[in-house]
Amino acid sequence: MGTDLLLFYLFGGAAVLASLAVVLGRNPMHSVLLLIVSFAALAGLYITLGSPFAAVIQIIIYAGAIMVLFLFVVMLLNAHREDALLTPGASGVKGPIRTGAVLGVVLAAELVWALVKAGQAPDGELAAGAAPNVEALGSVRALGLLLFTDYAFAFEVTSILIVVAMVGAVVLAKREL
Amino acid sequence: MVPLGHYLILSAILFCTGTMGVFLRRNVITMLLSIEVMLNAVNLAFIAFGRTMGSADGQVIMFFVVTVAAAEAAVGLALVIALFRHRETLNPDTFTSLKW
Repeated sequence: MGTDLLLFYLFGGAAVLASLAVVLGRNPMHSVLLLIVSFAALAGLYITLGSPFAAVIQIIIYAGAIMVLFLFVVMLLNAHREDALLTPGASGVKGPIRTGAVLGVVLAAELVWALVKAGQAPDGELAAGAAPNVEALGSVRALGLLLFTDYAFAFEVTSILIVVAMVGAVVLAKREL
Repeated sequence: MVPLGHYLILSAILFCTGTMGVFLRRNVITMLLSIEVMLNAVNLAFIAFGRTMGSADGQVIMFFVVTVAAAEAAVGLALVIALFRHRETLNPDTFTSLKW
């Protein structure tokens, strides 16, 4: 087993376990902290994928900024009391359980189909026309060039999105307008 | 080099975990956290595809997904605070004023 495969299983296992704990845990505070663990494991995966910039974004923006926002809200609301999970025995939960079951089956079917397709296409076919130097693709220079040329419009729209989100958050969280 | 399929399976497992959280939990904050898990699963698939195809576009898309996630978290958490102020609870089953 090569080193990268070992790292993949290490980081991937950590990400899956932490995510499961996030979803199944009782305490929202623990969920937020475990999600940071999951993000750190994903950042490790991004590094093994040759994308150090993505890993840094993951840590600084996701774990650093977004999760701190979540932590603030969890502490602000101080809501530690948890309602039970939706279980088949509880009353009035037939609808969600049924919807979830149907969506789960659809998702599983899509997954099987995608994996079968991915198994048919050799990696060489996907990599047709690939740049010979994969390492250079992860550089901040290459990303910046792409971001400010091909994706310049999307980048500018992003700034509008952030302004709208900021105004919306202020308006929604205000006690009275 | 780890084959692409491994990353796709991991991404699918993470996405299903997040979906499960959205459907099973009865706490608005945990549901938002589950959505973050789903967004991260998609990010992983983007970056794995980008690496396999030898282009940096996957990382650029991941950058945009992170931006959208930040906006979504800001608005979503503001909504949670507004809801909690009116109802004193985080259980989404109690927010039924718009139910006909």
